[in-house]
Amino acid sequence: MAALRQIAFYGKGGIGKSATSQNTLAALVDLGQKILIVGCDPKADSTRLILHAKAQNTVLSLAAEAGSVEDLEIGDVLKVGYKGIKGIKCVESGGPEPGVGCAGRGVITSINFLEENGAYDDVDYVSYDVLGDVVCGGFAMPIREGKAQEIYIVMSGEMMALYAANNIAKGILKYAHSGGVRLGGLVCNERQTDKELELAEALAAKLSSKLVHFVPRDNIVQHAELRRQTVIEYAPDSKQADEYRQLASKIHNNSGKGAIPTPITMDELEQMLLDFGIMKSEEQQLAELAAKEAKIATAVAA
Amino acid sequence: MSVEYENDGAFNEKLIEEVLSAYPEKFVKRRRKHLSVAKAASEEEVTAEGGKVLSECEVKSNIKSIPGVMTIRGCAYAGSKGVVWGPVKDMVHISHGPVGCGQYSWSQRRNYYVGTTGIDSFVTMQFTSDFREKDIVFGGDKKLDKVIDEIDGLFPLNHGVTIQSECPIGLIGDDIEAVAKKKSKEIGKTIVPVRCEGFRGVSQSLGHHIANDSIRDWVFDKKQIERDASPYDVNVIGDYNIGGDAWASRLLLEEMGLRIAGNWSGDATLAEIERAPKAKLNLIHCYRSMNYICRHMEEKYGIQWMEYNFFGPSQIEASMRKIAKFFGPEIEEKTETVIAKYRPLADAVIAKYRPRLEGKTVMLYVGGLRPRHVITAYEDLGMEIAGTGYEFGHNDDYQRTGHYVKKGTLIYDDITGYELEKFIEKVRPDLVGSGIKEKYPVQKMGIPFRQMHSWDYSGPYHGYDGFAIFARDMDLAINNPVWGLFNPPWKQKEKIPFLEAAE
Repeated sequence: MAALRQIAFYGKGGIGKSATSQNTLAALVDLGQKILIVGCDPKADSTRLILHAKAQNTVLSLAAEAGSVEDLEIGDVLKVGYKGIKGIKCVESGGPEPGVGCAGRGVITSINFLEENGAYDDVDYVSYDVLGDVVCGGFAMPIREGKAQEIYIVMSGEMMALYAANNIAKGILKYAHSGGVRLGGLVCNERQTDKELELAEALAAKLSSKLVHFVPRDNIVQHAELRRQTVIEYAPDSKQADEYRQLASKIHNNSGKGAIPTPITMDELEQMLLDFGIMKSEEQQLAELAAKEAKIATAVAA
Repeated sequence: MSVEYENDGAFNEKLIEEVLSAYPEKFVKRRRKHLSVAKAASEEEVTAEGGKVLSECEVKSNIKSIPGVMTIRGCAYAGSKGVVWGPVKDMVHISHGPVGCGQYSWSQRRNYYVGTTGIDSFVTMQFTSDFREKDIVFGGDKKLDKVIDEIDGLFPLNHGVTIQSECPIGLIGDDIEAVAKKKSKEIGKTIVPVRCEGFRGVSQSLGHHIANDSIRDWVFDKKQIERDASPYDVNVIGDYNIGGDAWASRLLLEEMGLRIAGNWSGDATLAEIERAPKAKLNLIHCYRSMNYICRHMEEKYGIQWMEYNFFGPSQIEASMRKIAKFFGPEIEEKTETVIAKYRPLADAVIAKYRPRLEGKTVMLYVGGLRPRHVITAYEDLGMEIAGTGYEFGHNDDYQRTGHYVKKGTLIYDDITGYELEKFIEKVRPDLVGSGIKEKYPVQKMGIPFRQMHSWDYSGPYHGYDGFAIFARDMDLAINNPVWGLFNPPWKQKEKIPFLEAAE
C-alpha cells in the first residue's frame, strides 16, 4: 500500500466543492483506491451523494450527547457508502447551529479524534471537504502540519470565486513553509461566464499553480444530486462521468507535484479582471453612468 | 512624626543606566520610560487638598508588558473576580469558562467576612461552569443557564449571581447578557454578567474598570431602595478587608460619628452596593480599582468623593480630620477625641518598635494603592523608602506618588524580574515588600521580606489596630535572628554562641 495521501477541497461557498469532490473520489474508488472523506462543514452535507442520505450522526453531535469526544467509538461515526464495504468511508465533523459556539474548534476536535482512533488506518486517501472560506484557525486545520499535502481549490470564472481562491492561496502560503502543504491546483467548475477557461488558467499561472481540470457544466450533475447520487453512480457511461474520471486520474498522478502558491494583491487581481473585461474600471463605470443619465435627461426633455 | 531624608538620586540614576545596559538597544528605549528617580517638585505645587508635593515621579505606565520579562501583572478576570466582585459575600461568583482560572485564584486575597459559608456567604467557595470541549464548540449559554439554576437550588439564600467571563466566552461569542436577563427574571434575583475576559487590556486594571461599569449597568437603580436617610452616611470604597482591614477602619469611622452605608467590597452584601447612591460621601481607599464608580456616582447622584489613607498614625489622623471637615464642627470635635483616645496606643507602638527599626530602608513593589499609601506608616516607624513602583498603575497614580516619596527615590513601573532583582541587589534595602513570587528569591539574597498583597497571612494593617500589627510584623521580618546566621560557621569570623555551647 502506498503512503497515505491527504488532500483537501477548498473554495467559495456554493461553488460545487462537495459535488466535485464526491464525484472525483467515487472515480478514484474505481481506480482501486480506499478513501475516507472528512466533512468539515457544520452543515454536514459533504458526504450526502456517497451515503445517499444527509445528516448522518456527526462526531460533534454524538460527542455532545455522550458527554465528551473521549466517550465515542470510531464505529459510531464512520459510515460506508458507494460499492458496499469496499466503498468510501465517510465522517462528518458537524458543529453548532448557526450563531453560537465555535465551529472552528469543532473541526479541530473532530480531526484529532479521527486520527487518534485509527480512522486513517487502512485507507489510501483522506479527503477533507471544508466550508466556504478559511474564516479562522479551526478551518485551517486540514492545511496544517501533517494533514493535507495538497489543496485543490474549486473555483469558477465568477469574480467572488476568484477572490476566494486567491484568499485560500494566502492561507496555504502561511502554512507552506511550516507544515509543507502545497497547492495541488485549481479545479474550474464551469459557470459559463465570459472567457472562463482563460481566466482560470491566468489565475492559476499567477498563483504559480496550474488548472488541473476544467469541469464543463452539465445538468446531469443536478439530476444525480436530486437522487442523492454521484454522476459516477447515477450515469456511469455519461460524458460527465468521464470528466470526473479524468479529474480523478489527474489528481491521482499529481502526488508530490503541488506548488507553493504566490497569492496576488487585491490590485493585481482587479487588474487581471479588468484585462479580461470582467470588471469595469472606475472611469468606464462613470462614463456609462453619465451616458445613462444623459439618456434619461433627453427622455424627460422630450 | 515622619522622618526627613533624601535618597541618593545620582546613585539611582546611575543604577538605572547600569541595569538597562544589559538590554538590546530597542528594549532600552522602551524600558527607560518606565524607570525614574523622583525629582524635586516645584515649591508652589500643592496637592488637591493643599498639602505639599514632595517630588515628581512620573514614568510611562499602563501599557502592554513585554512577553518573557516575568511581569507580576494579572488579567482582567483577576481584576474583576479577584478584586472587585469576589469579596461581595452574599452573591455567588461564577468563574465562567474552563476550570483553571477559578481553581488557581481560589481565595488568594484573604477577603475576610462575617457569615456562614455555604449558607448565606460564599466568598471562600469556588464556583465554575467548568467548560469542556463541547461547551466551546456548541456554546456555553445553556450550561450557564443550568449552573444558575443549580446554584439557586443548592444555595437558596444567595442574593444574586455574577458571571465572571474567562477568555473563551469572548472568543466564541456567548451571549451571557441574554442569559443573565432571562435567569434574573426566572429566579427573581440580581444577575450580573461581567465581560472581564482575560485577554482584554494590559493588566488587571481594565478588569477593575469593567467590574465598576457592571455595577453601574446591572445593579444601580434596579430596585426600589428603602432606607432612612442619615446626614452621616458614607460609603467606604476600595477596602477589600484583607486580613480584616475594613473592620479596623470601620471602628474609627463609626467612632467619629459616621454611619457606614456600605463597605466596598470586603465583607460587603449586594444591598450595601445597591444603596450606595443614597450616601452623602464616598471615601476611596483604593483609588486605582474603584475611582470609576465614584466618578459615576458624583456625576449621576452628586455624591462627592474623597481619597483617604488609614496606614500609620500620621496618615490616619490627617485623613480623619479631612473627612471630619466635610461633615462640620460636631464631627470634627468628636474626631479629635477619637484621635486623642488612640494617640497613646500609637505612641506606645512607636516607642516600642521605632528604636528597633529606625533608619532601616524599604523597597516596595505592589499594586493598587499600596506603593504610595503604606509609605508614611513605615516613616512613622523611622524607616525610609528607597524605591517604590506599581504593577498596573496609571499616570494619576504616579502623580499621587509625588505626595509621598522623597527626592531621589527609585521609581519603577511594571518592573521586569531582572530589573527588580538587580535593583534590590545594588540598593540592598533592609526590607522588601512585594508578592509571593518575589519572596523567596529576595530572602535567598539575605534580605528580609514581607508580602504586601496578602499581608503575608497576617493583618489587618489598616487603622490603629492594624498599625500595631504592621509594626510588629516588620520588626519580626527585619530583626529575625535568622539573618545573622546567613554565613556558614566556617566562613564566620565571630564564634556563634550556641555552637560553642554545643562544643
